[in-house]
Amino acid sequence: MPVILDARGLCKRFGAVTAASEVNAAVEKDSVVGLIGTNGAGKTTFINMITGYLKPDQGTIAYEGRDITSLAPREITRLGICRSFQIPQLYGSLTVWENMMVGIGIVLANAGHGGFFSRGDALVPGHGRPAAEVAEHILGRFDLADYRNRNAQVLPGGIRKLLDIALTMVAKPRVLLLDEPTSGVSAQEKFGIMQMVLEAVRAEGATVLFVEHDMEVVSRFAERVLAFYDGRIIADAAPEVALADPEVRRHVVGRTKVAHA
Amino acid sequence: MTRDRTLPWLPQWAMFIMTVAIARGLVALGLLLLLRAGLISFGQALFYCLGAYAAGALGRFFRVSDIFVEMLVGGAVAALVAFVLGFLLARYRGIFFGLLSLALSMILYGLLVKTEALGSTDGFNIAPSTLFGVRPAPEWVRYSVLISAAAVAAVCALIVHRYLNTPLGRLAPAIKDNEIRVEYMGASARKAVHVKYVMAGALSGIGGALAATAVGHIDPDMAYWTTSGEFIFIAILAGTGSVVAPFVGALIYGSIHTLAYGLSPNTWQMSLGVALLLLIVFLPEGLWSVFTRYARHS
Repeated sequence: MPVILDARGLCKRFGAVTAASEVNAAVEKDSVVGLIGTNGAGKTTFINMITGYLKPDQGTIAYEGRDITSLAPREITRLGICRSFQIPQLYGSLTVWENMMVGIGIVLANAGHGGFFSRGDALVPGHGRPAAEVAEHILGRFDLADYRNRNAQVLPGGIRKLLDIALTMVAKPRVLLLDEPTSGVSAQEKFGIMQMVLEAVRAEGATVLFVEHDMEVVSRFAERVLAFYDGRIIADAAPEVALADPEVRRHVVGRTKVAHA
Repeated sequence: MTRDRTLPWLPQWAMFIMTVAIARGLVALGLLLLLRAGLISFGQALFYCLGAYAAGALGRFFRVSDIFVEMLVGGAVAALVAFVLGFLLARYRGIFFGLLSLALSMILYGLLVKTEALGSTDGFNIAPSTLFGVRPAPEWVRYSVLISAAAVAAVCALIVHRYLNTPLGRLAPAIKDNEIRVEYMGASARKAVHVKYVMAGALSGIGGALAATAVGHIDPDMAYWTTSGEFIFIAILAGTGSVVAPFVGALIYGSIHTLAYGLSPNTWQMSLGVALLLLIVFLPEGLWSVFTRYARHS
């Protein structure tokens, strides 16, 4: 499989703290990659650098051969790299449906259908259907249709999480970075949610990187694991190999809560 | 001079109050655009005053007094200045946006006070406006101004209404709620705010030009911060529920103002203050929420 995302020699320091030190990772198209590591190991910094929120002090990030290191988050999003958030970032005063429509509106506007005289029934690029159908379809995939008229800020935690991920789907991501998609979700629900999210995402044909603390979830869903420790990647292998690695066991697995299913 | 000759449908004073309400309503309509995105401009009088002086300068230096040209030029000058200032202001949110806009309006006030050529603190008078080259008879001036004002306001309201329903217009509450998410969905919040700021500036400029020609006199107080305060008062009074609300709000504000001034010229501000207080307590989403509440119940 060709490499879709290639990070080379990423370094990032915050004062005395090294959040990334010589991070190298080449992600293959259509793969599902799990990012593991204790808090502060550099997982979210890695995501933040790829999505343009943080600029690396050194190193480059290439997406389909194109250097995206210096682009702004919105430019990177437009290229097809989207992210969800550990703490859901929603439009709290709007309903679930309106949240979706704002996102679809942005996609339409970026494709030149946002202007004053543009038609309301323009097809959403990437989806090939009108806005309302796209919203309907995505909400259905994430089992959110029943919540459509609820305000985003009064939703239960797990539903907020799902909506946060569903919002990334409107832009038709080619690469999707999920920051702890199952945090705040009860242990029993984790597998079901992860299953649903990955099915929805893979059906749209996206490459997935997800941050996860639950090793059971990682070994079940990831095809490949990147283990972070102290700003470095200490293991990059298939889950069964990476999770058995002595260094990973000492620094990551041993310290992470393992859910016993 | 003030012959209160009643025309077929309204007394002169009522037409004047309505015209001024439309002028203020246009400014409040611009504030509505910004308020929806969570921004309060404490300096909208900057553009109101610019529009007024642009209209005044047309008559004073170019002998142009057509009301539509005045409003067009007033709006264009204000929009141009808003476009330039927008590069700075669109970077700020919350209290910084508010106070920076206030500071800019006070700079204009300071400049006008020092400019002898424009009448310094006294300002100058503006000749009654013409309509497509025709000068209406004195008793018909207010009538023609009001009709022109209503027509322009209707067009502006329709344009804003349409804009609010475009994807970029619908972005306003999203910017208010979560700007990070807006950026991560591929839109530029700063650009959207810039567009709204220019639109708000243009509307204020048109309102200023209209007020100038309706009152027949302009002075630097049009840029003073208390003028901006009046506009915010109207915008809050009206609420952001509809593009019609600012005009209704401005008319009610004008009526309270006139009434309070007539009853007690020395304490009219107090009456206004009490009105605003009652409003914030009982109708925190503005007068328009009465209509929406009624619509929901019926």
